[in-house]
Amino acid sequence: MYEHKKDRIALPPANARKTQTCCHFCIVGCGYHVYKWPADQEGGLAPDQNALGLDFRQQLPALSVTMTQAMTNVIQDDDGSYKRIMIVPDNDCKVNSGLSSTRGGQMASIMYSPQTPVGSQRLKYPRVFAGDEWRDTSWDQAMALYTHLTKLILDDDGPDQLMFNLFDHGGAGGGFENTWGTGKLIFTGLGTKMVRIHNRPAYNSECHATRDMGIGELNNSYEDAQMADCIFSVGANAYETQTNYFLNHWLPGLQGQSTDRKHEVYEDGETVQQTKIILVDPRRTLTVALLEQAIGKDRLLHLDIEPGTDTALFNGLLTYVVDQGWQDSEFIEASTTGFEDTVKANRLSLDETSRITGISKDKIIKAAEWAYKPKASGHLPRTMHGYEKGIIWGNDNYRIQSALVDLVLATHNVGRRGAGVVRMGGHQEGYCRPPYPGGRPAPYVDQEIIQGNGQMLTAWACNAFQTTLNAEQYRNEVLRRSDIVKQALRKVRGATPEEMAKVIHKAVKEDGGLFVTVINLYPTKFAEAAHLVLPAAHTGEMNLTSMNGERRLRLSEKFMDPPGTAKPDCLIAADMANALRKLYEAEGNAEMAKRFEGFDWQTEEDAYNDGFRRAGQPGAPVIHSQGGSTGHLATYERLRAAGNNGVQLPIKEYKDGQLIGTEMLYTDGNFDTDDGKAHFQGAPWNGMPDVVEEQRKKYRFWINNGRTNQIWQTAYHDQYVEFRRGRYPMAPLEINPEDARDLGIESGDILELFNDYGATTAMAYLEPDIKQGHVFMEAMYFNSVMGDLVTPWTDRNIIPYYKGTWADIRRVGRIDDFADKVSFKRRRYV
Amino acid sequence: MKLSRRRFLAFTGTTAAGSAAFAGGLILNPAHAAEGSTQPGKVNLDYPQTTITRAGDLKVGQPVSFTYPDTSSPCTLVKTGEKTPGGVGPDGDIVAYSVLCTHMGCPVNYSTEERTFKCPCHFSVFDAELNGQMVSGQATENLPRILLNYKDSDDAIEAVGVEGLIYGRQANILPS
Repeated sequence: MYEHKKDRIALPPANARKTQTCCHFCIVGCGYHVYKWPADQEGGLAPDQNALGLDFRQQLPALSVTMTQAMTNVIQDDDGSYKRIMIVPDNDCKVNSGLSSTRGGQMASIMYSPQTPVGSQRLKYPRVFAGDEWRDTSWDQAMALYTHLTKLILDDDGPDQLMFNLFDHGGAGGGFENTWGTGKLIFTGLGTKMVRIHNRPAYNSECHATRDMGIGELNNSYEDAQMADCIFSVGANAYETQTNYFLNHWLPGLQGQSTDRKHEVYEDGETVQQTKIILVDPRRTLTVALLEQAIGKDRLLHLDIEPGTDTALFNGLLTYVVDQGWQDSEFIEASTTGFEDTVKANRLSLDETSRITGISKDKIIKAAEWAYKPKASGHLPRTMHGYEKGIIWGNDNYRIQSALVDLVLATHNVGRRGAGVVRMGGHQEGYCRPPYPGGRPAPYVDQEIIQGNGQMLTAWACNAFQTTLNAEQYRNEVLRRSDIVKQALRKVRGATPEEMAKVIHKAVKEDGGLFVTVINLYPTKFAEAAHLVLPAAHTGEMNLTSMNGERRLRLSEKFMDPPGTAKPDCLIAADMANALRKLYEAEGNAEMAKRFEGFDWQTEEDAYNDGFRRAGQPGAPVIHSQGGSTGHLATYERLRAAGNNGVQLPIKEYKDGQLIGTEMLYTDGNFDTDDGKAHFQGAPWNGMPDVVEEQRKKYRFWINNGRTNQIWQTAYHDQYVEFRRGRYPMAPLEINPEDARDLGIESGDILELFNDYGATTAMAYLEPDIKQGHVFMEAMYFNSVMGDLVTPWTDRNIIPYYKGTWADIRRVGRIDDFADKVSFKRRRYV
Repeated sequence: MKLSRRRFLAFTGTTAAGSAAFAGGLILNPAHAAEGSTQPGKVNLDYPQTTITRAGDLKVGQPVSFTYPDTSSPCTLVKTGEKTPGGVGPDGDIVAYSVLCTHMGCPVNYSTEERTFKCPCHFSVFDAELNGQMVSGQATENLPRILLNYKDSDDAIEAVGVEGLIYGRQANILPS
């Protein structure tokens, strides 16, 4: 039960039920254990009396455990009984070794409980908008409305009028079960290509370039960071965004504690040295600041690059490396194509590189020497390259990534232990779908909606109102078109779902309306536009498989019931497909009915077995699965036995009761291309996109944006959790004190940011480490949408340049309650 | 007055005689069991009332170590120099916290310059002037605050309770 500031905690009794789970949140996927027991019981203080096996009769020493009230909750099962839960990190999980982050550490708090503020916000039943109010309804009614309307649109105008905003990932709100269930419905059944992925306006990859070059973006293991001579971090702030990967795997090498691991994998006679780190980031991030304290300045190089110029940096480094003769010619000859042409195309002098990037020549040379100059033993250094939103959401995703991977290939930093070129990642992965029916580039679905196309839009476990680019225009257009349907619904009384669907169909087909369905845990900001809301389940309320940033597949076990009648997404998809099949069967349309067959799933495991475990198997349709053709080996039962260490995909075999996985890809020099060779591809520096340049010239501040440690994604849970929302009642905006003084701004002031595309608000947070003319804003926040300022520009594959916008800032005023209750002390550990 | 080393040790409980001598016989009393108070009308555990120091002896920015509610729970008291929420003393600027990081129990260090507590293990930062609010880091709870009472009559600062669960405990009061 919700209580403030308790000074004691209920321990799990020794016989508490124990299950495994991965953290819901970031890609690292830390392992945790869930204890569950009757609410009126608790364990004793002696080690044999509590499930943690710890001696609470005395003060525990440091680093024994992480156990706070945030890791506990009281939940209610469907039978009405109350249970306590405690979710604590797993000491034996190789990913986190018992560490918990501030995000994962709160998992118990955000699980559904009727007594907590966050629990009270959960969707429990389907809701339909009935003219002027929301009405709870049954799944039958909700499904009847959804499928009757879908069928009318599909039959009348074809699949391109059915638009989706869709998750594609793992972790909470995703997983192999759910990507498969939704994918099978949407691609195989409905056949629409008008699908955008949760954080971008089209159906595409954030890693097309590296994949085109033959290199999957998750190609090493977390422990490779411990074996690296050098970690080259680009546009990533690992401490805040991949916390326990950083704490458990980066720091040990950087602090000289992984010599043994290096000896295990290095060649005979190869120089072993303490790991160095290069961080490319325009901002002095928390990661940079704390590393100065944790490892000293001598083995840390911060390249504070001018925003948007990464391509020039990588090309300058490639040019310098080749001019020094530091490339791996043998590898290039044996395992790659296109080297010479690419070196020519990407050539950029040191002077020019320095001028464009704003990084001194000395620093560029130092970086090249740390990362690529042969070691004393003559061996090439093992440099692990980790990149994330700084370039994924940077100036021309495809081009930057090509330039980076060119540099990596030339220096053979892929397929060797201690190396790798990997995205650091946002949330876990869990992709398993039939082939996408559209081409590449895929349709820019946001623009389609803005232009009046699409009659029905389903926002499934994502919330583009907070997470898209050009968000203000998009939101306004969706709301305007949604309102046309709401107006039509006001005149509907006493109608069956079929009759309602007809009224809606007219509104969307003839009057420019848009029927919006939201499927989510909460009534999100997007639900303001919705006519139908369906309650979903998440990790813990269903069995769910995902893989982390080192392709580690784990099963997070169900340990409680979803609230009300909420369901797993894969079973919602199955309900839709089964209802559509019946509608087509009823009218004798066998061809269409057939498209919706194969959804006779009772549980999420059925969906998992139908998708992930059928990929590549004889008789199965084409399935694009991150598990590949050996995914079938990973049954739920085997994954349960594999615990929180799971298995790294692809699975090699099942032997002696164990799933055997793959720690590192491409060790044999064979890459994912038709000819098996990695392909260099030219990526000459080409400056800033015109529309972005226009904002840069017009407005004073570069609006850098991203995550802070305590907030996950759109703050879908966090906005209801006092520890989080109390910290940031509005998106914090780090601003240089000189700039702030110039504008009459103090910490805690409310600011308006505005440019040609929109305006948003944020809360000032003065920080001397931010350069003048730059600010850093929490992205995607529930009451401060940074995307409102982002231009509609995308790269060739419709990947936005979220990091590329400029705006002016104006002090709006001050809410004393914010300013008095929020700490504005420096977040950096200095 | 700056605390002598002897008195500093007294607070940490390493010399029992010293502790009794300085505190005028107020010996730390961790005797109550972890089941919570059995007294009606009490929400929290039965905390001891312990004199830590006199307000007049404190200097701004110079932290004082002590233990509370028992000798295995290290705490720090500090006169921040700015009136703060929950602060006591003539200037309302005296606060105290458990120094065991709520994340994994590493001892946090007080930064006089920033008036924050910082954990060297996983880099969490807590605000000494705002109820131990986590500024950044990996904890899921703020730093537990030692509730203080100021007595005008003899300028004494007493510890009277703890707000928040001290790291590494099932309850703030250990069993006797």
